[in-house]
This record gives sequence, C-alpha cells and structure tokens, in this order.
Amino acid sequence: MGLRDGRPLIRRALIVVALAALVLSPLAARGFANQYLLSLATTATIFALAAVSLQLIVGQAGLVSFGHAAFLGIGAYAPLILGAAGLDDALVSLPVAMLAAGGFALATGVVALRTRGVTFIMITLAFAQMAYFVAGALAAFGGDDGAPLDRPLLMRTGVLPNHIAFHAIAVALLVGAVLLLRGLAAAPFGRALAAARQSEARAIGCGIDVTRARLIAYTIAGAVGGLAGWLLGVHSEFVSPAFMDWRNSGELLVMVILGGAATPEGAALGAVGFILIEEVSSGITEHWRLIVGPAIVLFVLLRRRRIFA
Amino acid sequence: MSGALLLVEALNGLQLGVLLFLIAAGLTLVFGVLDLVNLAHGTQYMLGAYLAVTFAAWTGSFALGLVLATVGALAIGAVLERLVLGRLLARSHLDQVLATYGLILLLEEGAKTIWGAAPLSLPVPALLSGTVSLTAELTYPVYRLFLLGAGLAVAVLLWALIEHTRSGVRLRAGASDATMLDALGVNTRLLFAWVLAFGAMLAGFAGAMAAPLVSVEPSMGGSVLILAFVVIVLGGTGSVRGAFIGALLVGLTDTFGRFVLAELLRAGLGSSASRQAGPALSSMLIYLLMAGVLAFRPQGLLPASGRT
Amino acid sequence: MLSRVFGVVLAMCLLAASAVAQAPSDKLKVGIIVTLSGPGAVLGQQARDGFLLALKNRGGKLGGREVDVVVADDELKPDVAVTRVKKLLESDKVDFVVGPIFSNVLGAIFKPVTESGTMLISPNAGASVFAGKACSPDFFVTSYENNQVHAVLGKVAQDKGYKRAFLMAPNYQAGKDAVAGFKSMFKGEIVEEDFVPLTQLDFQADLARIAAAKPDVIFAFMPGGLGIALVKQFRQSGLAEKIPFLSAFTVDESTLPAEQDAALGLFGGSTWAPDMANAANKIFVDGYLAAYHTVPGSYAMQGYDAAQAIDAALRHTGGSVADKDKLRAAMRLADFASPRGAFRFNNNGYPVQDFYLVKAAKRPDGLYETQIVQKVFTDYADSFAKECPLH
Repeated sequence: MGLRDGRPLIRRALIVVALAALVLSPLAARGFANQYLLSLATTATIFALAAVSLQLIVGQAGLVSFGHAAFLGIGAYAPLILGAAGLDDALVSLPVAMLAAGGFALATGVVALRTRGVTFIMITLAFAQMAYFVAGALAAFGGDDGAPLDRPLLMRTGVLPNHIAFHAIAVALLVGAVLLLRGLAAAPFGRALAAARQSEARAIGCGIDVTRARLIAYTIAGAVGGLAGWLLGVHSEFVSPAFMDWRNSGELLVMVILGGAATPEGAALGAVGFILIEEVSSGITEHWRLIVGPAIVLFVLLRRRRIFA
Repeated sequence: MSGALLLVEALNGLQLGVLLFLIAAGLTLVFGVLDLVNLAHGTQYMLGAYLAVTFAAWTGSFALGLVLATVGALAIGAVLERLVLGRLLARSHLDQVLATYGLILLLEEGAKTIWGAAPLSLPVPALLSGTVSLTAELTYPVYRLFLLGAGLAVAVLLWALIEHTRSGVRLRAGASDATMLDALGVNTRLLFAWVLAFGAMLAGFAGAMAAPLVSVEPSMGGSVLILAFVVIVLGGTGSVRGAFIGALLVGLTDTFGRFVLAELLRAGLGSSASRQAGPALSSMLIYLLMAGVLAFRPQGLLPASGRT
Repeated sequence: MLSRVFGVVLAMCLLAASAVAQAPSDKLKVGIIVTLSGPGAVLGQQARDGFLLALKNRGGKLGGREVDVVVADDELKPDVAVTRVKKLLESDKVDFVVGPIFSNVLGAIFKPVTESGTMLISPNAGASVFAGKACSPDFFVTSYENNQVHAVLGKVAQDKGYKRAFLMAPNYQAGKDAVAGFKSMFKGEIVEEDFVPLTQLDFQADLARIAAAKPDVIFAFMPGGLGIALVKQFRQSGLAEKIPFLSAFTVDESTLPAEQDAALGLFGGSTWAPDMANAANKIFVDGYLAAYHTVPGSYAMQGYDAAQAIDAALRHTGGSVADKDKLRAAMRLADFASPRGAFRFNNNGYPVQDFYLVKAAKRPDGLYETQIVQKVFTDYADSFAKECPLH
C-alpha cells in the first residue's frame, strides 16, 4: 500500500531527497546560521527510527499496535533511572534501554498475540497505558512532571553532547535500522510474517509457527523502539510519562500509514513528512489543524483504492 | 466502609456505565457490522455536548437544547458519513485510522475555533436539580438518577429496535455476515449509512446528557473514546448486548472498583504507601479487567452470534 | 502522488525560507511559549492576551523599542515544548522567552533557555525546584511559588479555628505540592487526603465520603475541567450550604464562566482579584474587558506583568539587552506598577507580594469574577529563597 504500488521512481526520489536533507542538515544549519534546523532534523530522524520500528509490526506482521509509545518511553527512562544509580555512561544505558523495551515487548507480546484485530489494538493500548501510569507513579523521577536528563558521555568521551555527532549517530542508526528491516523482510522470517499477514490459516497450514514469528517481530520492534526512545530522551534532555501517552502511539501509527506501511523506508518518510508538515503549518497559523486535518482526510480518500485489506 | 457509600458508588458506576453504553453502542455497531475503525467517534460526543450548550442557551430550555443537540448530532453524523466515513468502508483499517485521525484534528480544532478554548457549561435544569434522599444520611443528585433512567430507556429502545424490527434483523444479519446480506438483496449501503448516523446521534446524545455534569471542552472526546473501545472489546464487537454489559462492567470497575481498591490498600498497606501505588493501580483496573476477560474469552463476553 | 512530491518540496522551501536567520534589526524579539491547545488552552490564551494588552498599551513598544512577538504552543507536552523553545532561541533568535503555564513544561525548557543566556520569565509556572539551589539569575517569575497559594488557604483554615479538614487534589506532582502547602499552615486534623485521577469526571463518590466524614472545612486544588466538574457536582449535592469550601485555582476567572452560579460564595486564594482598587488595576481590567470581552484571570494579569517587567528593565538599560549583568540588575528592580499592588522580586527571581482570600461573585454586568475578602499574607516570600546562592 502507499508508495509501493506504481511510480517507484518518484518514491525513490523522495526517499533520497529526505535522506539527503537529514544528512546535510548540519551544513544547512551552519549555512543559514540557524542551529534549530539541526535540532529539528535530529527530531525527525529519531521519529523516523520509531516509525521504522513500528513498521515491523504494522507493515510486515500486519498487526495494528496502539501502544508503541510505551517502548519509546521505557527507552527514554532507562538513562534517567540508571543515572540515579550512578551508571550514566551511554555504553550502559543504551543497551539497557533496548533490553528493557524489548523485554517489555516480549512479556506483553506473549499475551497480546493471542488476540487479533481490534482486540489486539486494545490490548496493546492497555499495556501502554499501564506503563504510562507506572511511570507517572515514579515520584523519585518526577512523577507526572518528568525530570531533566543530562546528555550522557559515551565511553567517557563528549561525543554525544556534540549536536552534530549526535545527529550523525542518529542518522546512522536510522539507516541501519532500515537496512536491517529490509533484510528481515526478504529473509525467511519476513516471508513467514508476510504469509501470516495475508492468510494466517494458510501460513499455519504450511507449517509456519505464526505466533513465534510475530513474537520475535514484536520483540525486535520493541527493542528498536526503545532505542528511538533513548535517543529522544537524550535529545530533549528531558524525560516524562507524556512520552507514553496513547495519543503519541496514535501519531506514530499515523506517521507509518502516511508514508506507507509496506516498507520501512516508507514509514521513515512518513515520519519526516509528518514532522515537517506540523512544523511548517504551525508556523503559519495557530489553527493549523484545520488545514492539516482535512488534508490528511483528502490524502486518504484520493489515494489508490486497495484491493485487499 | 458504610453501606450508604457502597450504594452511592454502585449508583455512580451504573450511571457512568449507562453513559459509556450510549457512546459505545454506536461504536460497536460501526466496528462490528461495518468493520470501520472510527477514531473520530469521541468527537461526536464532544460535539453533542457543545450543541446542547448552544441550543439550551438560545432557546432557554434544557429539554429543547437536548432535543436539538441530538438532532444536530444525527445531522453531523449523516454529513460525515456521506463525505468521509462512507467512503472508508472499503478501505483497510490503516486507511481508516489515518482518515479518522485527520477528522479528529479538524473537528477538535473546529470546535475550539467556534466555541473558544475556555470550558463551557450547561446548568442543570431547575426541574432536575436538587437531591433525593436515598437513606437517612445519604442524598443523591436528581439529575444523575435522570441520566441513569434516560440511558436505560434508550438501551431498552435499542434492544427493541434490534430484536424486534426488520431493520434490526438486517443489522444483526449484517453483523454476522455482511456479504451474505448484500447478496440477499438488502440495500446494505443505506442500512450502513443509517447505522453510522444513528451511532453518531447516540454519542451526541450522551455528550448532551453529560454536559451539565462535566466541563465541555474540545478535547473531552479523547478519554471517552478509549473507554468506549475498552467497552466494545470487552463486550464483543458488533454486539449491542455485549456493549451494554461491558459498559456496566467498565463503569462499575472504574468507580466501585477504585473505591474498593483504595480501601483495601489503605487497610493493607497504610496511608502513604497506598497513596504511592494506589492511583496507578486504580487507573489500571479497567485495563486489567479487559486483559483478564480477553485472556479467557478473546472474542468478548457476548459476541455477536456467528462470530465465536 | 505528484501532489505529494509537490507538497514535500513546497514544505522544504518554506522551511528553508523560515530557516534563514532573521536579519538583525532594531526590533526587540520576544517569544511566548504557553499552552494553547488541549485542556489548559484557556490559561495560555489569557497569559498571551495579557502580555499583548500591555504591549498595546505601550504602543507596541517595550523599553522604547518596537517589539516582534512570536507565539508558540507547547501543547502541554514537554518534548514538544523543547523543540518549540529551541526554535524560538535558534531560529527566531528571541531576546526574551515568556512562559510557560505548566510546571512540567517549565522543567523541560528551563535548561535550554537559561543555558543559552536568554532571560526566561514565567507568567504562571512557579515550581519550587527553581526557587532554591537550582535558581538562575536569568529566571524570573511573575506569578508565585506554587506552594504559596495553598499555604494561604491553610492559614485561613487555621485562623478560623477549623479543626477537621478534608483535602482534595489531583494525583500528580502539583496536587501533592498543594496538599503539602496547605498542611504547612494548617495544624488541625486531616480527615482525609483524597487524590483523584487527573481524568476523573465524577466526584459523586468523593462527595459521599465528605458527607459521611462531616469535616469543618474542605480544601480543594482542582484546576481546569476537574474544578468545573467538582464545583458543579458539589453544588448539586447540597453540601455547598453546609461545609465551607476553600480552594486554589478551582474557582478563578478561567473556570468561573463554566461554573457560573454554582461557584458563588466559594473561596479561593490569590495574589490579586479584578476588583482591587488601584490605578494600575483599573487600566488593566478595563483594557482587557474592552479588548477580549471576558474578565481577566490571574494568568492574564501575570502575562501583563511579564511585559511590564521587560519594559521596566529595558527602560533602565536604555533598551539594550547586550550587557547581561546590567539587564539582570534592571529586571530585579521590578520598577513597574503591578495591578496587584506591592510587588518585588526576591533574590531567586520569584516575587515577594501580598496574598489574599478571594471569593467567587457575580458582577453587575452578569459576568463572574473573584473578589477580595481579606489579606492573609503581607510581603510573603517563598521558603526556598534562602537556599538560592544568588543575592
């Protein structure tokens, strides 16, 4: 769906343009004497990574998850909690963030994947809400208000506090994630997911362990989501339960669908596009939602009709 | 823990449940029969509340305001169906999520632009204000009893409509197998359009009824939407009876359950520890309920027939 | 398809155009970052409108310099706030940042703004964390430190001889601070500390517990929609005639239009009310009513004073923001007439001012406002100032 059918050339062009923009943004920031461009580009990169992780569940496994923001939130809280214990090097907090988010995905996935359709949507939402409430109850870490986070050192070097270096790392991680997911999609694992997405009964009939494949996908998606969350917390230098709000899960979903859930690079493009649209339109008018809302509706209605769901 | 308090909590739970039912009934039909994910359903509730405030102010009468708001909600539902929702029926769930998300942006911002961001209010009509004595020391507001009664009356009406009219039969058939219904020559398109508009009207009616109790603001549909989805999943999508039971369960859990949990925690853990853990746990109660039910019955409590 | 390409290209062009740093001009640039969407939107609107009114009263100039105002919406989301404030600082290159409304947003933007050397003036959020050790010479507050208002009501309850109090607050940090603030002054028995969920719509159960407990007084901190629901249901339950209701931010000009008659006679705590009789207040209230047709609340007054504070500071530095130390010293002077009367900044940038008990009332023109009942504290400074190393 989305960008996959027809006109692959334009699709490739868009992706190249977007990637170029992200990579070149430090230069643009220097050239226009406006550091904000770099900050915005980094935010877009991080959300693109989050969208890519969600694409694994939504696009490849064909499951609509409404709780993805929880993984981001868990990843963001990891450095904050570890920092309180004195373990504030990125070399420690980043892997822990991914492990914690992935672990949460594994544990909740075992339960959630026993359901289908709108039930699955609601279960994922429920788990995300639980994480949200727990985070809000952590009075030691600011409770509902959240808490500031200092940019961590990486192996005692000041790499991460350097905005350009941080941005480069984020872009590299994004590209890596896209390549990883593309590889997964082409591999037997991805084919199994695709088969299950199209017809679960037939896939099982072929001997594919659908639940196991989906659980693995869900866990990987959670871990990469945790990575995105870690980046988001460090970039904002602030962590709060609001990261896990169900509305954020909804926005992530919208980003993926906007760019096309069929491919990871489509999801990334959707995220970049979404952030760009919000940024530009909110600068034009306070009532930007009055314009963007109908635009999104029109975008969906005028799109090519799908033959299968 | 006195008996009077328990009674109040139970009444509150029922009243919240009835309100949730009004909202969820439309949603469950729309999702169950039409297979349409309508995230903008919560905004219907919000618009119903705003319309009630406006019409009541114009006409000076709560009753007229309520009626006009309900009609207005039906109209808005019909317009949305014609312009957007009807065209989404053939699309994938993902497309529906995206399009209705766009609708939320438009409708919430539209409400804010028209009525302003400041919360609005609808005064309780004089006839229904005041309290009634339930026991020697316990009073309960008349308006809430009215809401409870009105909601139950609508539930009965809906049940009659679905079980005992021809349209109702067609609806139930559509919930079980829409393609077959179409093949039998029923104008499913028109039927489904009515379902959408009618569901929107119910949600708007719920919003109008709730307006005197809560603050009316553009984002009031959000939290209600989540609860409504929990209700329909709990009850079984496509099943109005399921939505009724589910709504009552969710309403009771969210009020009665919270109360019982708070008392238990206080007794068990003491004041300050219970204050730390309590709120998080009580907020999670409805989700735990949902997860618990789904673990044993993934299709919901009272699924539409033919769907187990 | 093509439209999408066009759209993205157009967006990038627009972004690039806005990215070009503003050519240095003589105009002063002020960035306002407040909550303009979601449940707290009316507070952000009031603060913004109050600021703009002060600007209008001065012919669009502060300190003799023409002003460009850039308004940003933090959407009550800390991560969005950080992005928007970075844009104000790096893209719009503002000289002052005015905002935010909510304490959690303040926690997120405090560091980016103060570390960039730009002055941050909060027209509402007064979290205690920045009043003590973490204070900054570039941070000023035109509202109050969060605990102070609650202490006002605690003192009133104590002075009136109430023995048993029932406390209600939402279950988040500010709610807990509210209860702590009340208890710092009230030494009687706390019958119950009722923390409700932030999304609670239905207070029936809480009201039933109050009826059963029969306290001498109720203290409630229920901002926004929570307050509206509580007040309406409180009045409907008939308890309003039986038990005195002391509150913070529950019956104020932002919620009174919705609460209407249900709030009449209920008490609040504040540094100001629209009916205060001084010249500066008359100019402010009359001007606000004429421009916006609603009664201003303290959020608007505080936004108004943020503008006045900038104006006063710039008059002392001759319009220049170049010398940071000079600007800070000038700000500290607080050489302006606040609608609330006596006002000065403490060493930590938080105000020292009088606090009052106020009451919700109906005006002759049919609108609702709070009115002064009595003064409770004179020249009340917050308790964290001594931990701040600044002088």
